[in-house]
Amino acid sequence: MPHATAEAPVVQAHGLGVALGGQHILSGVDLSVASGEVLALLGANGSGKSTLVRALLGVVPTTTGTVHLFGAPLGPSAPWSRIGYVPQRLPAAAGVPSTALEVVTSGLLHGRTLRLPHGARRRALDALAEVDLSDRAHQRVQDMSGGQQQRVLIARALVRRPDLLVLDEPTSGIDIPTQATFVDTVARLRDAGTTIVVILHELGPFAPLIDRAVVLRHGRVVHDGAPPRPRSDHADDHHDHTHAHPDPEPPPTGPTLSVEVGP
Amino acid sequence: MTMDQVVEMLTSPLMQRALLAAVLVGAAAPVVGTFLVQRRMALMGDGIGHVALTGVALGWLVGSWANLVPQDALAVPGAVVAAVIGSVVIELVRERGRTSGDLALALMFYGGIAGGVLLIKVAGGTNANLISYLFGSISTVSTTDLWWTAALAAVVLGVGLGLRTALFAVSHDEEFARASGLPVRVLSMLVATIAALTVTIAMRVVGLLLVSALMIVPVAIAQLYARSFGRTMAAASITGVVVSVVGLVLTYWQDIPPGATIVVLAVLVYAVAAALRPALRRPQPVRDPHPDMVDDVLLADDDVDEMCVDEPDPAAPSR
Repeated sequence: MPHATAEAPVVQAHGLGVALGGQHILSGVDLSVASGEVLALLGANGSGKSTLVRALLGVVPTTTGTVHLFGAPLGPSAPWSRIGYVPQRLPAAAGVPSTALEVVTSGLLHGRTLRLPHGARRRALDALAEVDLSDRAHQRVQDMSGGQQQRVLIARALVRRPDLLVLDEPTSGIDIPTQATFVDTVARLRDAGTTIVVILHELGPFAPLIDRAVVLRHGRVVHDGAPPRPRSDHADDHHDHTHAHPDPEPPPTGPTLSVEVGP
Repeated sequence: MTMDQVVEMLTSPLMQRALLAAVLVGAAAPVVGTFLVQRRMALMGDGIGHVALTGVALGWLVGSWANLVPQDALAVPGAVVAAVIGSVVIELVRERGRTSGDLALALMFYGGIAGGVLLIKVAGGTNANLISYLFGSISTVSTTDLWWTAALAAVVLGVGLGLRTALFAVSHDEEFARASGLPVRVLSMLVATIAALTVTIAMRVVGLLLVSALMIVPVAIAQLYARSFGRTMAAASITGVVVSVVGLVLTYWQDIPPGATIVVLAVLVYAVAAALRPALRRPQPVRDPHPDMVDDVLLADDDVDEMCVDEPDPAAPSR
């Protein structure tokens, strides 16, 4: 990694274990992310990708191991202003309406910064402009489409100008043109030197950006290195990515009677 | 009513104190209520109110042992202590998110109100005393009460407005707040604590059984029309002041209970506001919600597209 020589790793986890409700979700995970790297976290549903990211950011408590962010131990003293997190989706709408501007503005608070800095409104509007939502700043997020809500969440993470951006399946349930704009945004951030950790179900449109991939299976790291190449037919344009249940049996029809009429 | 009657009302010291208390409580309660509604804890105030009654009774009991005059001098401090403890316990149960927490809360609420009724009798209180705590007694607000109310309302408004963005962040998306390193637990406890303080000051105005109404109903009214969190809070606070003052003024001329009048008034305003909403709401401009989107799904195979649109060309190679 070109930038990694002098600085501490952006993310450094040792022997990380997480148990939720008595069940081991992660065990013995070691992970180090260097500055400027674009890392994809891959794995099947339930493999622990989201839990790993949430443990790295202190959302869920860890049972074993240590996490350092920019060289500081996870906790109140970690440099939270340098970290931006984009969750998978907005929490289910509560009763009180909130505008995109209000949601993005709340992203300016972190760590022990509990009051807004000067120029907060300007910065929030700039972040909304970055995701092409300037004209919807005063609209309720509850009324927005899934793709627009996702863009609001990205703006909320970008408003602090983070050096580490963590995205949890940013393209799930998003149509293809919007996915492309997300990839453009991430590419721009990477070019500006931002370290990126992104959870993906499959590399998809992010494939050209990914430097390194970590694959989880049953809460353990099973691959750490070059992005895995999908099975050849998987990469094929005509491959159907939905893995639905097998087609149901056709409904039984009554006995068929064929009548052959002779000449 | 004539001008003289209004002047008479405004110069009555009793009414002056009552009006001041109504303005303070009417303004502060919906500020806390906005956070509670956003956290989906609209009934939390109700629970705290139940627990606070035991605090009132314990304060009374201590007062009568210590031969204080009046006997209920410690009722409000007792309510503050019990309400804060109760709200912190409710918040801890919520944080753990266990299903059994539901039952724990029910036990606490009903234990709180039953214990309060029992202890007030033991302490020598009358049914009239009990009713005044359960349903309010704003017409008997003393100067000491007013100081308590003003001090606690200042704390509630100071925290609720001063830390508005941080409390919004925690109430809106707790996971993101944690991933931002915000002290989520402290902030959640802060919301619970200012809710408890609001309960104790609103106790005088509308009574412990109706406290939650003054916190929640103005928010319900405001969010019918407001588009943002900030405006919901401001509109709810104004609505709270208006219904409290109007309700109180009505009871100056009519012999009706002030607490219940204020709450019925608020519910009526809600009903009218909800009924008029379709007519009054700014019409949304008709526009494409996604002008930057392509209009249709991308069709993978243009040939198929053509074949569907045009008449099948007999010369085209069959597929």
